[in-house]
Amino acid sequence: MLGIQQTDAGMPDPGIYFQWGDFLIQFGNLVVIATMVVLFILALVIPFPGRRSRK
Amino acid sequence: MTVDHEPVSTADGGEPRFSTWTGKARGWALRRLPPDKLLPEGQPSYVSSWIYVFGMGAVAALVYIIGSGIVLALNGPTWFHVSSLGRFINSTHLWSVELFFMFMVIHLWGKFWMAAWRGGRVLTWITGMLAFVVSIVTAFTGYLLQTNFDSQWIAFQAKDALNAVGIGAWFNVADLGQILMWHITLLPLAVAVVVALHVVLVRMHGVVPPLEAAASDAQLSSATPNPATESEHRK
Repeated sequence: MLGIQQTDAGMPDPGIYFQWGDFLIQFGNLVVIATMVVLFILALVIPFPGRRSRK
Repeated sequence: MTVDHEPVSTADGGEPRFSTWTGKARGWALRRLPPDKLLPEGQPSYVSSWIYVFGMGAVAALVYIIGSGIVLALNGPTWFHVSSLGRFINSTHLWSVELFFMFMVIHLWGKFWMAAWRGGRVLTWITGMLAFVVSIVTAFTGYLLQTNFDSQWIAFQAKDALNAVGIGAWFNVADLGQILMWHITLLPLAVAVVVALHVVLVRMHGVVPPLEAAASDAQLSSATPNPATESEHRK
């Protein structure tokens, strides 16, 4: 189950965390991973410019 | 007075044999990586895909990381923690590291799913993984140099892990001076050397073709010359 929580683990700025059961991730790290997945998919589907003119 | 060591031609008219270690080293390097393979003017058409861009993207980010790191080192923390320009360069140093890791991970995914270790590229794959691991250690030491509560928290969490594996006394994350030296000298040098070796290996073996490329594809033979067919061409 998804839970959003403000944790205080002794860090100066704990930030926002998302939790699915035992899986816990910080919002910033989730954004980085999601961005990488999106970029990876886009790199596979978007045609490279000038592809036909290459040998 | 100079002494010339002319290469000795072999009896069958093959490649000349050198008598000195410098000549032998040059001959070995030129055989493995001739200038046209080191700096090629073209690539096979299968390289025209965005998925092939992220390796060079990571290298571009690394160039900025090293350049901004040099500027930070030359001016020191009293500049990059206080002045607005220093804080800006310090921030771009961090953000280029973020880009470096993102590009490197996407590059890793792309190469993993196309089994990029094929065709004698095992060392290329291993040096890529090594670059990733050494980069993680380098970035970790960078986080320890923020000299704030965040870096203190990271250091005192990490010391337990490092003590547990028995290297905490030698690699002391609570020793700011030692970590600074690792971060600005040894580790960047290690990353640069491993990445340079990785790129040279890519040049030597050629960019890995997609899995669906036919083995008879003419571009594959030009991208990754087969020693057996090459010797036949020479005859």
